[in-house]
Amino acid sequence: MPVRVGIPRALLYYYYFPMWKKFLEQLGGEVVVSGRTTKGILTRGVQRCVDEACLPIKLAFGHVQDMVDKGVDYIFLPRMVSVARREYICPKFLGFPDMVKQNIPGLPPVIDTAVNMRKSSRDINQFIWQVGAVFGKSPLQSWLAYRQARQVHNRYIKLLEQGLLPEEAMQVLAGKEAPQADNNADLTLAVIGHPYNIYDPFISMNIIGRLKKAGARVLTPDNLTEQMVNQGVSRLPKKLFWTLSRRMTGGALEYQRQGKVDGIIHVAAFACGPDSMTGELIERYIRREGKIPFMSINLDEHTGEAGVITRLEAFLDMVRWRRTAG
Amino acid sequence: MKVTFPHMGYMYVPLKAMFKYLDIDVVVPPPCSKRTLTLGAKNAPEFACLPLKLNIGNFLEVKEQGADTIMMAGGCGPCRFGYYAYVEHEILKDLAVDYHLVVLEPPEKHIGELLTRIRQITGNRPWIKVINAIRYGYLKARATDEIERMSYQIRPRELKAGATDRALKQAIDEIDRADSPGTLPAALNRAREIMQAVPVDKNRPVLKVAVIGEIYTLLEPFANQNIERHLGQMGVEVDRSIMLSEWINDHLFMGLLKNVRSSQRFRKVASPYLNHFVGGHGEETVGSAVWYARQGFDGAIQILPFTCMPEIVAQSILPRVSEDTGMPTMTLIMDEHSGEAGMITRLEAFVDLLHRKHEQKEALTS
Repeated sequence: MPVRVGIPRALLYYYYFPMWKKFLEQLGGEVVVSGRTTKGILTRGVQRCVDEACLPIKLAFGHVQDMVDKGVDYIFLPRMVSVARREYICPKFLGFPDMVKQNIPGLPPVIDTAVNMRKSSRDINQFIWQVGAVFGKSPLQSWLAYRQARQVHNRYIKLLEQGLLPEEAMQVLAGKEAPQADNNADLTLAVIGHPYNIYDPFISMNIIGRLKKAGARVLTPDNLTEQMVNQGVSRLPKKLFWTLSRRMTGGALEYQRQGKVDGIIHVAAFACGPDSMTGELIERYIRREGKIPFMSINLDEHTGEAGVITRLEAFLDMVRWRRTAG
Repeated sequence: MKVTFPHMGYMYVPLKAMFKYLDIDVVVPPPCSKRTLTLGAKNAPEFACLPLKLNIGNFLEVKEQGADTIMMAGGCGPCRFGYYAYVEHEILKDLAVDYHLVVLEPPEKHIGELLTRIRQITGNRPWIKVINAIRYGYLKARATDEIERMSYQIRPRELKAGATDRALKQAIDEIDRADSPGTLPAALNRAREIMQAVPVDKNRPVLKVAVIGEIYTLLEPFANQNIERHLGQMGVEVDRSIMLSEWINDHLFMGLLKNVRSSQRFRKVASPYLNHFVGGHGEETVGSAVWYARQGFDGAIQILPFTCMPEIVAQSILPRVSEDTGMPTMTLIMDEHSGEAGMITRLEAFVDLLHRKHEQKEALTS
């Protein structure tokens, strides 16, 4: 019987799931994903986690608890220290495996090997070998498994850069049809935010889905290539050392520079540290130029749907009105 | 050019000394106050941490006194502090408060970057003079730390309420007034004498509580609502996990000076609770709880600014440390809404709990 490995549908799931899945399957594991976010999953996360943590961390606690309930053999929670040279993920990602281990009882063994490519991207080999060893594979076998996973990842990124959103891209990878581009959309909006906020329909109150329904084409920073993101972010006085925030900020500033979007919506999570800084920078840069409408939405576990809907409607009205007036 | 810098406890004493030694015009911001915080909170991002808000307040207040150049430290993550200076600069820019910004941080490509930035402030003064200035500043930091430490011992044992605070202020002023490396040792001696002159009851039983957590809220009394003074007046001897001079040695001198207390001792014992550094002082905070418990402290209080990322990681792990070591811990979160009265109530409750635990322990062992 294959080893069942649980991956929580949270945090970097929307960036790395296709790669992680392939990697673990190649190593001989069976991958189980936690359920889609529900009120129940979030509530259980909130109960297990300190009040002061940010929304995504609380939610991730809920998804880990869901894996525990599903009775998997291992939980895959790599310690995401850094995925790019001289950059970090946020501090809470660095401590997340320890936070979980000290607070969730009855946890199965956790694969919390560190991914740390801050000094060199070759350091990923450490991670590959150590995870492979959990499944009794040799370094060579592990490396071959990773190489296949890497190919899946590259295809995934290509699909995102063609304009698909993560869920759509994952479906294409699974062999389904790509969704037809919506030609009825009369405007294009950029939604800027951390992947675990904007792509989780429950947490984001389905902002992306609602905008699409209201006749907007939606772009996110993940639809840009790495070069474009870096070009956008190069306007800042100093390199941003958080990978996710660099992508967000670069995305927003690049969309602004290209001038192809009719509005920018920034989605931040309550108590998110990096968001409090980069949100401020994005807003100031965009407002200073004053060409593109901008709105910021803050999410937490108490956010009401009605408030979000009202604000989205008002924003859409304003963007459309501006266009006819201009 | 008139240089200024944000407040962080007694850091202004060594910094002012360094600039004066180099004959650079320096303006120290008015001490952090309600006004500072109000100005900062109004203009800073809502979810930014407290230090950033106070920094902004400092800069706005000191602008009124004619400062035109800010000197700030920086960093390269993952804690937010590394981006503080730039966000602050953008905010000030939009407020039309013009500052020249000099950020001292680890260089991106070459050590030359850092030296160029130092040069922006020091002009063409010889490097040897700059190095001497840094040494002088460090000695002043050592001196203020020593005096602060003395106050921790004296305050819970003072016979006349408030005597320690008055002496502490005099003693620090004494060190602040020393205007050259030559006069500093004598000033330190006078400061020591001032502190020793406070009448105390040496035999009074006291509790020992460690104050641990995030560096800014630990060092800046306005940010922590004078927690050390309140604890002292409740008959508690305090030890603070981070002293300015130790931090300077650890982070700026790369631990060059040996035989000085170093945060290394905390990092060593953070595992198995926290097995990786998490930026800021998160790892040290977990480690310091373990360390102080092993030193026989009665309790530890963690202080952090609201939304501080590394400290939240530590906060979620501290209950387990407390359970395993038997040393009670408490977390106090500071933001612009924190009130002193509320904090004192919580401190009193915590100290009561420690007293009871202390008595139980003595009843069992006697």
